[in-house]
Amino acid sequence: AAGMFLRLLSDIQWRAAHPKWRRMTGSQRSTSTTAEPHPLSLPAQAQVVICGGGIMGTSVAYHLSKMGFKDIVLLEQGRLAAGTTRFCAGVVSTARPVSIELKMAHYSNKLYQQLEQETGVQTGYMKTGSISLAQTQDRLISLKRIASSLNVMGIPCEIISPKKVSQLHPLINIHDLVGAMYVPEDALVSSANVSLALATAASRNGVQIHERTSVSHVTIQKGRVTGVETDRGRIQCEYFVNCAGQWAYELGHSGEEPVHIPVHACEHFYLLTHPLQEPLSSSLPTIVDPDGRIYIRNWQGGILSGGFEKNPKPLFTEGRNQLEIQNLQEDWDHFGPLLSALLRRMPGLEALQIMQLVNCPESFTPDMRCIMGESPTARGYFVLAGMNSAGISYGGGAGKYLAEWIVNGYPSENVWPLDLKRFGTLQSSRTFLRHRVMEVMPLMYDLKVPRWDFQTGRQLRTSPLYDRLDAQGARWMEKHGFERVKYFVPPGSDLLDLDHSKTFYKPDWFDIVGSEVKCCKEAVCVIDMSSFTKFEISSTGDQALENLQYLFSNDLDVPVGHVVHTGMLNEKGGYENDCSIARLSKRSFFMISPTDQQVHCWAWLKNHLPDDSNLVLEDVTWKYTALNLIGPRAVDVLSELSYAPMTAEHFPSLFCKEMSVGYANGIRVMSITHTGEPGFVLYIPIEYALHVYNEVMNMGQKYGIRNAGYYALRSLRIEKFFAFWGQDLDAFTTPMECGREFQVKLDKGMEFLGQEVLLEQKQNGVYKRFTMFILEDHDTDMDLWPWWGEPIFRNGRYVGKTTSSAYSYTLERHVCLGFVHHFDEQTGEELVVTTDFINQGEYEIDIAGQRFQAKAKLYPFSSLFAQRRRKDDVELSGYQRE
Amino acid sequence: FYLTPPQVNSILKANEYSFKVPEFDGKNVSSVLGFDSNQLPANAPIEDRRSAATCLQTRGMLLGVFDGHAGCACAQAVSERLFYYIAVSLLPHETLLEIENAVESGRALLPILQWHKHPNDYFSKEASKLYFNSLRTYWQELIDLNSGETTDVREALINAFKRLDNDISLEAQVGDPNSFLNYLVLRVAFSGSTACVAHVDGVDLHVANTGDSRAMLGVQEEDGSWSAVNLSYDHNAQNEHEVERVKMEHPKSEEKSLVKQDRLLGLLMPFRAFGDVKFKWSIELQKRVVESGPDQLNDNEYTKFIPPNYYTPPYLTAEPEVIHHRLRPQDKFLVLATDGLWETMHRQDVARIVGEYLTGVHHQQPIAVGGYKVTLGQMHGLLTERRARISSVFEDQNAATHLIRHAVGNNEFGTVDHERLSKMLSLPEELARMYRDDITIIVVQFNSHVIGAYQNEE
Repeated sequence: AAGMFLRLLSDIQWRAAHPKWRRMTGSQRSTSTTAEPHPLSLPAQAQVVICGGGIMGTSVAYHLSKMGFKDIVLLEQGRLAAGTTRFCAGVVSTARPVSIELKMAHYSNKLYQQLEQETGVQTGYMKTGSISLAQTQDRLISLKRIASSLNVMGIPCEIISPKKVSQLHPLINIHDLVGAMYVPEDALVSSANVSLALATAASRNGVQIHERTSVSHVTIQKGRVTGVETDRGRIQCEYFVNCAGQWAYELGHSGEEPVHIPVHACEHFYLLTHPLQEPLSSSLPTIVDPDGRIYIRNWQGGILSGGFEKNPKPLFTEGRNQLEIQNLQEDWDHFGPLLSALLRRMPGLEALQIMQLVNCPESFTPDMRCIMGESPTARGYFVLAGMNSAGISYGGGAGKYLAEWIVNGYPSENVWPLDLKRFGTLQSSRTFLRHRVMEVMPLMYDLKVPRWDFQTGRQLRTSPLYDRLDAQGARWMEKHGFERVKYFVPPGSDLLDLDHSKTFYKPDWFDIVGSEVKCCKEAVCVIDMSSFTKFEISSTGDQALENLQYLFSNDLDVPVGHVVHTGMLNEKGGYENDCSIARLSKRSFFMISPTDQQVHCWAWLKNHLPDDSNLVLEDVTWKYTALNLIGPRAVDVLSELSYAPMTAEHFPSLFCKEMSVGYANGIRVMSITHTGEPGFVLYIPIEYALHVYNEVMNMGQKYGIRNAGYYALRSLRIEKFFAFWGQDLDAFTTPMECGREFQVKLDKGMEFLGQEVLLEQKQNGVYKRFTMFILEDHDTDMDLWPWWGEPIFRNGRYVGKTTSSAYSYTLERHVCLGFVHHFDEQTGEELVVTTDFINQGEYEIDIAGQRFQAKAKLYPFSSLFAQRRRKDDVELSGYQRE
Repeated sequence: FYLTPPQVNSILKANEYSFKVPEFDGKNVSSVLGFDSNQLPANAPIEDRRSAATCLQTRGMLLGVFDGHAGCACAQAVSERLFYYIAVSLLPHETLLEIENAVESGRALLPILQWHKHPNDYFSKEASKLYFNSLRTYWQELIDLNSGETTDVREALINAFKRLDNDISLEAQVGDPNSFLNYLVLRVAFSGSTACVAHVDGVDLHVANTGDSRAMLGVQEEDGSWSAVNLSYDHNAQNEHEVERVKMEHPKSEEKSLVKQDRLLGLLMPFRAFGDVKFKWSIELQKRVVESGPDQLNDNEYTKFIPPNYYTPPYLTAEPEVIHHRLRPQDKFLVLATDGLWETMHRQDVARIVGEYLTGVHHQQPIAVGGYKVTLGQMHGLLTERRARISSVFEDQNAATHLIRHAVGNNEFGTVDHERLSKMLSLPEELARMYRDDITIIVVQFNSHVIGAYQNEE
């Protein structure tokens, strides 16, 4: 390894000795002699093989080796940091709307800052700060929201006036600005050198780095990674990490068992100029002008400016057609609008001379968030890719989390928003990806308002009732590729078109959803909830029950026909999933989980269930259409259709029975509604869906039945303090922390996953507590609406963030749900959160910098429950569906 | 006072017309894909005319532009009648007989032409009977003549042109009992019109031209660039051969007076034309017809005026020059246009603008900075200009409209300048003619696949 290291260092020295410019023009001939003969042959085996020598691969190698892994091999098909990393603009920016991304960027910044000192490799780190400009009030609101979350994380950040902007950056035209956000600690680096520094450190820690070595495919046996085939031979390994950047998709598909990694490349352009007459200071802050779709940083006395245009150019849809990324064609006509925006922002640059227009491919993902984690089908196959052009900002943090994932089984933070398992095979179509990334790339700088839906790649998975509902005015949103109704626009009512309905304030559907909620409360509504993930688990003997008892915290040994709400917990007692399980027979169970659990839950069960041919797990999601009948008259509709008594005496809450509805037989009826309202969910074999729907609507007419959508459901569940998995609940939240102790049967007579932690929490208390907040002085018509992620203040001190919120039409108030922590005033140490701590505080919720008084509650309003609650058979909790 | 872009567009698009040759089973068997045409008036009313029709009894398509002078009556009559004369000239003997028998026995007539007309392109209802009778006389003569030979397109075109002009002249001499028609035939004969007509049949393209309108072929070179090939000669003072011809036809004594100030007899710009009997009839005939004509004719100074140095009429002919061209796959389009276009644009620019328009402008050369010293401001200016060029293309769904936009709106850099366009289009009627002429354009697009297939067959 010593030889390898020396070679690497000489390489780095060469790179450092040349101005960045030369390397960007892509002349590599001068180094071909040093790179030619491979000094070392590949090892026959290693613990971890990382594919990809860009910022991601080197960061994973760096962190893995720091965490004590010794036997690591990093393979790079070309040269280190020669792909997208080489062309990266090098802006480290922490202003990210998603909190986990913000944390990654923050960590990266801290890491890069000390990297030069640690490794001796010049990284070009310069703390310049960044200024994000707002040309509109809406943009300013979105910046204020980010500023709030940066501030509570202790990252300095302020909203500044246009005048202040011109003091910080002399070249900026401020006439069209309404304000800006200043993040003084954002930085600039040379991303290639950061990557080389990480490689150097990793190499010192024993990581073997082999350039000019291509991985042809990964071998997988019995669902586990066994090795890697390269053009220089085979390496056996336990873990494989795919950091192949824009080639990650192809690499994932190269083996016999494909690993679906939904990334697609787009061309990305930025401009380099010669220095100004009076060269720009290298400490000048980076400018982000999202309304102009551009960013501008100082670069060697001149500027570097790129952006995210409205009409991106996707490429490599058909696959790889070159080894290293050569400099693609400059396309000035394409860059024109961005150049206009640049000159509008900095008119003084007119006379500045152009050096080059750089075209470098960046990879994008279907939801603008990066992809990390373990393959759901191949254990030991890890992925870190799809950085949506923020690779350098995420590089450090993402590498750290992935290393933790490999070493500890899970990262130290909840990374579900970035987890590969949020996608299925359906997001892996090249056509889908091509169309979606064309929408995603401009979105990077589009205004992100609450309840945004993607417009491309739609109508992929639909209920059989789709056309019927659409004809009745349904407006749709999408989850995991499935179309779901938001609300129904009554005939004749004229909603704003999409662009104009974007708002941070009261949305135009407010009254529509209000009337759907009212109908749920007073009569009966139908919501198509077919998108839920549905599994059946059955066995020849007691294996199903025994295994489920271990995997779920509630007691599933209930009489046949009962429905149990339960968490699927990990060793730390955190929610991997939150579901309802019906016992269909002694030996079979029907499990309902959130829509986006389809891949994750399947993988979790597969990994935890024994390999036993007598125990069958089946995904029956596609087999059933689910209709949720919500409201006091649901019972009347159903009993008329089935000629069966449906009253509470005959059909108690949390009960499941197969029955006939209309002509159709074998309908699984469950007395749950996921809202706390009375009613039933009907699981209908899909060929009967239209029949049953028609019967329900016809019969329901006299009871005032109408269609409703998910927005009504959401309002109902939030006002009743129901937590949803994926929004409120995650792998770091235990039932004890969200008031669901009653769903945990510590004494069910057998051991289950997470039991120890829950026992410990039961005895010693919890460190965060799920709390409901009722906004007090918030004017629904005039004030900004809460969304999620708003900081919560207790007696003026930050204690946590909201996770979801909705307007309660019953309380006529906004309700926010969120977690309250107890940080020690002096040390910041986390303390136990007691009921008294919650109850004895004065609370405020910060919406885009404006604080609203809020009343905290640990229990829902009992007045909201139509039926009297009995201790056991109430659905007080449960649901996650969103 | 400026016109907004939508106002400009509504003016430019008022007369645009497009025709796509229908496809059969997904295949277009015609060498013509279709055509776009448009007119922009400068005179009020416009004196230009256009025609397009498909020959139904023979193969081929006819397209023509007609530039009238001294009124629009002659151009109107030629635009209505010339294609019938051409179609009849092309018909085989049996078909002529069949048609004559049908007329004789009062049966329904075989349709000869399918017209492709803009709603503003009208036919005179009143004169149709008169025109029909003249045409019938023509085909009766053709039947009697029956040469038995297959019809040559060149000859047919020349015969048709000459015959129609002759009929125009005769009708005016004979007069008509109906006073409206009597005045009409006189106005037709005393006004004039040029004609530039294309006949496309498979790979055979014939252009018959009389006067100073022009036909131009757009050819795409192997490197993707565009060049222009002339398919007509202008009949005016700039054409030496034409001047020579006129001089040959008259005694040497008139040599000096024949062409003055680049005009025929110092009066007429085109050296060949339909109508214009003032340059064709003897002085006696002119006087007799004018005196016996209606009062309106007598009141008109122009008709009474005899050209100076008028010794040996006729000085003018409608006989066309015919050019035959075998279409090749690289021949992408044909532009027929009146001189209003050609006096503002060079044919090379016409070829490029139409070519880029038809191929979707993707051939705009990409810009590369290379080693040049370019500032951000310069690049911005360049890109803005290129964008304007592209956006003006996307504004137009019609190649002829696009060409007119350039002809009227081009600035010194060859790009459409909205301000200029707006000024030119908002000129008051009485001033418009001083800044521009009527413009009439037909752009015929060829089907290279069909043409290629024809070539391979041979």
